[in-house]
Amino acid sequence: MANTRGAAVKYDSVQKSYDGETLVVKNLNLDIPPGEFLTMLGPSGSGKTTCLMMLAGFEPATHGEIYLNDRPINNVPPHKRGIGMVFQNYALFPHMTVAENLAFPLQVRNMNKAEQEEKVQRALEMVELGAFGNRRPAQLSGGQQQRVAVARALVFNPELVLMDEPLGALDKQLREQMQYEIKHIHESLGVTVVYVTHDQTEALTMSDRVAVFNDGIIQQLSTPDDLYEDPQNSFVAQFIGENNKLSGKVIDIQGEECLVELGDGTQLKADRVNVSAVGDQTTLSLRPERVEFDTHDSMDNLVNARVEELIYLGDHIRVRMNVAGNDEFIVKVRNRGEKRTLNVGDTVPLGWALNDCKALDAVV
Amino acid sequence: MKLRTVILAGTALAFTGSAALATDLTLVSWGGAYQASQKNAYTDPYMAENAGVNVIWDESSAEAVAKLRAMNEAGNITWDLVDVVASDAIRLCDEGLAMEINPDTDLAAAPDGTSAADDFGDLLVSECFIPQIVYSTTFGYRSDVAEWGGKEPTEICDVFDLETFPGKRSLEKRPINNVEWALLCDGVPKEDVYSVLETEEGQARALAKLDTIKDNVVWWSAGAETPQLLADKEVVIGSTYNGRLFALIEEQKQPVKMLWDAQVFDLDGWIIPAGLPEDRLAATKKLVKYATDTQRLADQAKFISYGPARKSSAPLVGKHATLGIDMAPHMPTDPNNAKNTFLYNYEWWADYRDDIDAKFQAWLAQ
Amino acid sequence: MSDTTDGQVLTTQDGKPLKAALAKALRREKLRALLLIAPLLIFVLITFVAPIADMLFRSVENGIVAETLPKTAFALREWDPGSGNVPDEEVFAALYGDMVVAVGEKKHTRLGSRLNYEQSGISSLFRKTGRRIKRMDEAGPFTEQFLDADKKWGDVSTWQVLKQFSPKYTDGYFLNAFDAKRGIDGIEMKPADERIYMLLFGRTLFLSIVITLACLVLGYPIAFLLAALPLRTSNLLMILVLLPFWTSLLVRTSAWKVLLQQQGVINDFLVWTGLVSEAGRLVMINNQTGTIIAMTHILLPFMILPLYSVMKTISPTYVRAAKSLGANDWTAFWRVYFPQSVPGIGAGAVLAFILSIGYYITPELVGGTSGIFISNRIAYHISSSLNWGLAASLGTLLLVAVLVLFVVYDRIVGIDNVKLG
Repeated sequence: MANTRGAAVKYDSVQKSYDGETLVVKNLNLDIPPGEFLTMLGPSGSGKTTCLMMLAGFEPATHGEIYLNDRPINNVPPHKRGIGMVFQNYALFPHMTVAENLAFPLQVRNMNKAEQEEKVQRALEMVELGAFGNRRPAQLSGGQQQRVAVARALVFNPELVLMDEPLGALDKQLREQMQYEIKHIHESLGVTVVYVTHDQTEALTMSDRVAVFNDGIIQQLSTPDDLYEDPQNSFVAQFIGENNKLSGKVIDIQGEECLVELGDGTQLKADRVNVSAVGDQTTLSLRPERVEFDTHDSMDNLVNARVEELIYLGDHIRVRMNVAGNDEFIVKVRNRGEKRTLNVGDTVPLGWALNDCKALDAVV
Repeated sequence: MKLRTVILAGTALAFTGSAALATDLTLVSWGGAYQASQKNAYTDPYMAENAGVNVIWDESSAEAVAKLRAMNEAGNITWDLVDVVASDAIRLCDEGLAMEINPDTDLAAAPDGTSAADDFGDLLVSECFIPQIVYSTTFGYRSDVAEWGGKEPTEICDVFDLETFPGKRSLEKRPINNVEWALLCDGVPKEDVYSVLETEEGQARALAKLDTIKDNVVWWSAGAETPQLLADKEVVIGSTYNGRLFALIEEQKQPVKMLWDAQVFDLDGWIIPAGLPEDRLAATKKLVKYATDTQRLADQAKFISYGPARKSSAPLVGKHATLGIDMAPHMPTDPNNAKNTFLYNYEWWADYRDDIDAKFQAWLAQ
Repeated sequence: MSDTTDGQVLTTQDGKPLKAALAKALRREKLRALLLIAPLLIFVLITFVAPIADMLFRSVENGIVAETLPKTAFALREWDPGSGNVPDEEVFAALYGDMVVAVGEKKHTRLGSRLNYEQSGISSLFRKTGRRIKRMDEAGPFTEQFLDADKKWGDVSTWQVLKQFSPKYTDGYFLNAFDAKRGIDGIEMKPADERIYMLLFGRTLFLSIVITLACLVLGYPIAFLLAALPLRTSNLLMILVLLPFWTSLLVRTSAWKVLLQQQGVINDFLVWTGLVSEAGRLVMINNQTGTIIAMTHILLPFMILPLYSVMKTISPTYVRAAKSLGANDWTAFWRVYFPQSVPGIGAGAVLAFILSIGYYITPELVGGTSGIFISNRIAYHISSSLNWGLAASLGTLLLVAVLVLFVVYDRIVGIDNVKLG
């Protein structure tokens, strides 16, 4: 498994339609450098799986070209692309033992028996299943099957590995553990990984870069922290992490700053991300943990809010509040052990910094 | 007052209803044109004269022997009168499944006073059997076969003559009739056929003769097959019941002719199942006496070309009910047709059927 | 509560053994389960087990000789067939006594037709003797009177048959079914020109296997296609597959006749295209070809349905996975898809084979002489010759053959490897 380099992938103006009437993937352009762990994240029906299937060769692109290491592969059948793939329900062959499953890609490549056995055993040890070679897949637990599926996708040293929601069938704890394992395998092998999921936590923890899909379009392509800190539009802000939304109208623009007036007349300063002119409708996005109760006059934004509900969560307390008519406004308060005197019905001042408040496109 | 009248009328209706139910009779026959002729000639007039009787038809004669045995074992006889061929009647009688009848009391005398026993004569082949029709198994051939060069078969042995009359033949998938014809055409005199057949050599001889045409034979098991095969030109000559050929020639106007040589007479008639309850037995006996009298048997020949089993019926045979042609020349019993007939030996076949059938089937399968 | 220390019987709190308490608690459950399946159980017993038991019994049952001629059967015990002489006056006297009773009850002809299966001529012997018995002199001597009634009473073979079949049970039917018989020196094969059943058994098995294979070869791609298509389309096509079920068997078989006969549609077409000459018209019916074609058509749905329902459960991702691992289309099919469809092949093959082994209507109509099955002979003995004992023994052999094949199948493929869906 001495793969030092991964493959480069390039989607060039790729479009896909199943019925000739609607586009499932609209003009996709994407460059994946060798060795990157790229995640396609999005809700179901956003086109992310279709993109993966086109790369694997199971769906033809309606328009455009996909390149693998600068070689166009539209007309290369799946079995000649040399891409490893981990499927949603693992797709381990039920009539073969674990070792036979792993030997399958080596057999079809006519590798000699001794080499096969050695590679299979090494792959099994890599996923810590050295003693399970003679079991049938049905005799393994979900996590074990998952590891076999990963080992099988890697055993023939592909430069590119595709993973289609591989952790969807696992319980939460196992899922987290597998995330780290996959991440470590990726780091130690250096292969390029294209990973599809609808789980943002998975995307954030594992990826070098994340492509957020919606409606057949990449909404934002950036590193996990950029995605969280600097969402480019309301969809991304809403989809990644927790988010408070406040609708309003731009009444002034000063360089990278803007002033927004909410429905009830409240005026807030925000970071101008996705508004173009005064008078535009906008949605303000604000992470719950960036809202402060300890207000002071130097803060960019100050509002009064009414406490609607308190939810005790151990490490923090979620406070649902009414801010400018929006009663779904969430504030996280760290649990410091001291008695806070917040009661339902109280009206308290809140404050936050301009940079934590993003003025994005309006949500209809 | 009004209400009382309604109730009374209702009660009266209920009574006549149940009375009618009491005389349902189940008759079993072969279906098709034959059963229709029985319905037209026997039961329709009988039901017209006897309002209380209702006849139900069942088309199970082909499996009658097995079904009667099963009914007998179950102790529940649901049939009242069953139409079977003579050989089946003999078997049913031997097995105790059919009732013995007394011709003098159970059957009607001829109009001139001749007793039923004399009127039916030799055709009373079993104590249980009430003969109805005489039919014959004979050959029909296509009259438009080019390879025959204008010649037409005139005698039974032409069936075995592949040189003069090339083409496929159809024969019944059982030994009866076939082995007799084979021996006749192998030079055995008519009167010696059964004594020769009794020996192993005789049986081998019959099969050897059949071997000469075996590759050109299509074997049939239902009477409708030969007419169909002739009509489709699948065979050029084939054996079947004369009534079937009559329908093919006269009703469907196919270019087919009858070969009246060495035709084998056979009988079809009624048996009364053994073990009927008294009331049903009485009703059945009354019906069968009517249905087998001289006039009724002659009437049946209006609808189908089978000869009446009573001597006294022959002069009464008239014209076909719908075609309007004279039926007498189409009867197997007509002197022109019956110049060379063959008598089927029921007793002999009852004895040898199992053995010869096994050999015949083994020969067929090889 | 109870502790799990070694060697100590676990008990409930009031001291009863735990196992007994558990059994008692489960008894109600079991009883209820039994009550739930009782209707089906009774139905199966009455309609399936009982008839088969009855059939098995009939193949050896032979009470008729001892019942109809009890004294004769007893008297014959002393007689030695090897002596070459007919039995003495004492036996004839016993026969007279028995026959008087039997004729009174009209049972003698039934015995005659039973024994006629074993030796031709006995049927008329009993009928003839029955008519004469009333005129016989009660005082005897009986030997001459019987010989006078029919000279066959003077044949040793007649008596040998009577003696051989006087026990209540017989292996005669089974010997017959094996084309064998019991001669004076023990069991021997029948003359070659009477052997038929073994030939038919062999042919039935052979043709059934050929038909099953034909069904598999034709049905597999169809089932594959059906399973791969979207549900709407596959449901529509499924109707076409099931269409033959909705037409009468006889109509379908007759249609094959019209198609396959020498003057039929297919031959006409071939002659028209010039592929065969007028004289060289193919013989496709009234032989084994006809049986194979017509039966394959009839049994095809029985192969397709289990195949389809198994293939429907095989996820298409397996083939995709195989391809992603570098297998070409054929390898992906053969190594990954096909092995998973084997349970469907097993179920379909078992269904088609079992159905075909018992068929008789279609072979009778299109099989001619070389395409008929053992079932045709069974049907003949049931409905025509009334030799139910022989029919039963042939049926039993067929049943045994099927069971043996099942065991073989289990050994080779494994019976758990059969799935209907």
